[in-house]
Amino acid sequence: MITIPYLTALTTYFSYGLLFAFGQLRDLFRKFIDWWKASNLQGYAPICLGLEDFYIRRLYLRIQDCFGRPISSPPDAWFDVVERVSNDYNKTLKRTTKVSRCLNLGSYNYLGFAAADEYCTPRVTETLQRYSASTCSTRVEGGSTALHVELEQVVADFVGKPAAMVTGMGYVTNSAILPVLVRHGGLIISDSLNHNSIVNGARGSGATIRVFQHNTPSHLERVLREQIAEGQPRTHRPWKKIIVVVEGIYSMEGELCKLPEIVSICKKYKAYVYLDEAHSIGAVGKTGRGVCELLGVDTADVDIMMGTFTKSFGSCGGYIAGSKELIQYLKYTCPAHLYATSISPPAAQQIISAIKVILGEDGSSRGAQKLAQIRENSNYFRSELQKMGFEVLGDNDSPVMPIMLYNPAKIPAFSRECLKQNVAVVTVAFPATPLLLARARICISAAHTREDMVKALEVISRVGDMVGIKYFPAEPKKPELEEGRKKVE
Amino acid sequence: MDLANYVPSAFTSLLKNATELITFAYDVPFARAVVFGVHIGGHLFVEGLLLVVIIFLLSQKSYKPPKRPLTKKEIDELCDEWVPESLIPPVTEEMKREVPVLLSAAGPHTIINGKKVVNFASANYLGLMGHEKLLQLHNLLPLSFHVDVHLDCETRIAEFLGTPDSILYSYGLSTMFSAIPAFCKKGDIIVVDEGVHWGIQNGLYLSRSTIVYFKHNDMQSLRSTLEKVTQDNKRAKKLRRYIVVEAVYQNSGQIAPLDEIIQLKEKYKFRVLLDESNSFGVLGKSGRGLTEHFHVPVDKIDIITASMGHALASEGGFCTGSHRVVDHQRLSSSGYVFSASLPPYLASAAIAAIDVIEENPQLITMLRDNSKILSTGLLGIQGLELASDIMSPLVFLRLKKSTGSLKSDLQLLEDLADRGKCQTFDLKVLPAVCIVGLYGTTHKRFLKMMQLQVLKEHSVFVTTSKRSIVDKCNLPVGIRIYVSAAHTESDLQKACESLKTVAASLFTD
Repeated sequence: MITIPYLTALTTYFSYGLLFAFGQLRDLFRKFIDWWKASNLQGYAPICLGLEDFYIRRLYLRIQDCFGRPISSPPDAWFDVVERVSNDYNKTLKRTTKVSRCLNLGSYNYLGFAAADEYCTPRVTETLQRYSASTCSTRVEGGSTALHVELEQVVADFVGKPAAMVTGMGYVTNSAILPVLVRHGGLIISDSLNHNSIVNGARGSGATIRVFQHNTPSHLERVLREQIAEGQPRTHRPWKKIIVVVEGIYSMEGELCKLPEIVSICKKYKAYVYLDEAHSIGAVGKTGRGVCELLGVDTADVDIMMGTFTKSFGSCGGYIAGSKELIQYLKYTCPAHLYATSISPPAAQQIISAIKVILGEDGSSRGAQKLAQIRENSNYFRSELQKMGFEVLGDNDSPVMPIMLYNPAKIPAFSRECLKQNVAVVTVAFPATPLLLARARICISAAHTREDMVKALEVISRVGDMVGIKYFPAEPKKPELEEGRKKVE
Repeated sequence: MDLANYVPSAFTSLLKNATELITFAYDVPFARAVVFGVHIGGHLFVEGLLLVVIIFLLSQKSYKPPKRPLTKKEIDELCDEWVPESLIPPVTEEMKREVPVLLSAAGPHTIINGKKVVNFASANYLGLMGHEKLLQLHNLLPLSFHVDVHLDCETRIAEFLGTPDSILYSYGLSTMFSAIPAFCKKGDIIVVDEGVHWGIQNGLYLSRSTIVYFKHNDMQSLRSTLEKVTQDNKRAKKLRRYIVVEAVYQNSGQIAPLDEIIQLKEKYKFRVLLDESNSFGVLGKSGRGLTEHFHVPVDKIDIITASMGHALASEGGFCTGSHRVVDHQRLSSSGYVFSASLPPYLASAAIAAIDVIEENPQLITMLRDNSKILSTGLLGIQGLELASDIMSPLVFLRLKKSTGSLKSDLQLLEDLADRGKCQTFDLKVLPAVCIVGLYGTTHKRFLKMMQLQVLKEHSVFVTTSKRSIVDKCNLPVGIRIYVSAAHTESDLQKACESLKTVAASLFTD
């Protein structure tokens, strides 16, 4: 739980209030000017009504240069950020030809597969020549190549389930699977901080949705008991089925899910568990098999496992793994399988090669090295940041670490100052997080070396002092041993 | 006599006594007291008493049956008793059927099960799959953030179509169902064709607006619906109104008459959302889509979306329109904000494809000729009829005789099943037992049988249209044939002949 200090909360509210007031003032002037000029709407209702894009126009556009920075090289540990200039106070940004080489702390490149890899890239090139960039067709029509079949088998083995189904995009996987599994008359209980794709999928399904407090198994139990006892709203008929949706690592908090307790509660109340491992597959666990391996949960207890390949495997796409019958049923009914183009063959080859490297089947131990490296890196970085006094969220072993900023003015300050010193960070504000809780999210990768991390820590510490985000007292440094003293054995 | 006098006199004496009592009450000494300069009459006490009685009655709680929440033991019992449905319904034979697996690129000719077949199942309209320009890609790395290739692709598309700006999505299906909720909110009115594909239907459902369907590609129905909607909502100044149509419908292959739609739109002041997945790069003299085909200036359409997985031989989708439209989506379209971006090599492939289209406009005429040849060649086919437009690259054949009764369908299928047993292919023969299901299910099985037979015996790969259980479209199912500019005349002749032979053999009644 994030506890915001009172003074910070007060100043944050004040800042937002001021921005809001200024925005309204400018809107008023805009209204006068528009009334003066002839409107070109000609009787149509405006496409964006007044307050809908207020946030975009008056708050986001002022700091637009902190978001959406284009890059011109693969997002490895160091990459090239294209510089942009603006002539009209950030309303429009133009790209220049200058690039600056920066340290990358924002890409989800957990195992370092984003750069050219000696095992994966030649195979991907060969697949591109053989199968071309796209199949132009859905999986059930002409889009299933031998590569797709192999990919599904490899993914199912890796995750630890009998069968798997792969789609071309992770977001669509959630939005298209939930409506098929639960219809009207079912209940979906989801964590309060679940990702937008799950929320959209749940809304599109027509089932009733209830939310339980983030990562609190006791509250989940209470909600389950209440709901089973009450039944469907208004008619009080018993529910057709109940699905509990949780994520492996929550991307905005960096926390791991309390999976063993949740699974035991769901077993007791006969609810189905749907686990979304978008960030945790390939990044945590001894052999990279995700949160189930890390927390010691048997994969047969989790009914539906979903994940994406964008983060740890350097590719694109999503998968669903489950029992054989489940996958057969989904392949017959899921819209993502029936209507959407199949995953691009070179991307599929990248996933297969990446999994082979992780499992060590390519003949080297690079996979195990990468996994050990990312664990070590995340723990080191997090402990150093906490020692310096930053408020860092997340559990140990998780490669995502958000640093709390809170105040809206600190967002562009932190981002721009870090960029000046050649460190690129990602800052997140409303609507991806609650209004008061803006943060800078750091993603550590196995490609970062110790020197990279030391440099990053120096820069962040300096900028943190300048901007004033060290909300906790820094740990005092241990006194150095005097030279000449011998250790007493 | 006495009685008659007695009652009135008793009454009057009673009345006199009462008035005396009342006047006496009024004349009670302290009743005439003067407190703080205010005369207090005796009537005030009667009123005071009344007030006290009223307050007493109001303060009494009304009778409610006592609330008894469920005890812990009762909740435990309910939880033990509750039996959920199984996660999925039992798996049927149809679900276990495997799809054909390709062993090479899905170009005009491909390899299935070791045999070379003519491929009519990929929407590779201009034959750009396997083109050398698309395969010489500079950046092959799949992972990305906001790479400049994407920005280049967006500007290229906007330039090609003649619109101010465009935005790139990482998946074709998510384009429509993210763009619609970004602009349509609760309370808006959307008039949509009943034959649109699932992506659009899901987007409409998520937007929570009022949705009104009109008959598939029927302009009369559209006109009357628009009339009705405008009549019902007179106070519609702040209400946003949209018409959503597809250029070439995925579910039937028909082309929407854009000129009539524009006339109606201007008359009733609706905005138009057009999905050009199957017509981008196909219709119009230089492939700019439906707007060029009907000579409509492109800025009359408010929002155009398309999937790049068809003519451009790449993946992903884009949405294009005015600056306001595109910039609004960068923060409020959920499929853009909350998901990773397209792999850079696919964006480069799209740019290369657009370059090829601009340099070689003869591909479009070749495609048009091919579709004409195929459509006219299939006109005399037995048992099936052409549901799509002659100019459309997606040729759609549906069952001619939609036999009204299930019984005759069953009979037809039994005959087929018997015939199927004699043929030498390893099909799982359809059991001729009760096929309880929708009208569509029976036809689906029948068409599937036809497709497999055509593939096995004649090496021509066509597909049947599939429907998901969450799809609300009610158009008839059929056989879908995607024509490509890379198909030769002999390929098309072969397809026509094989389909006609198989149809003749299956429809001998």
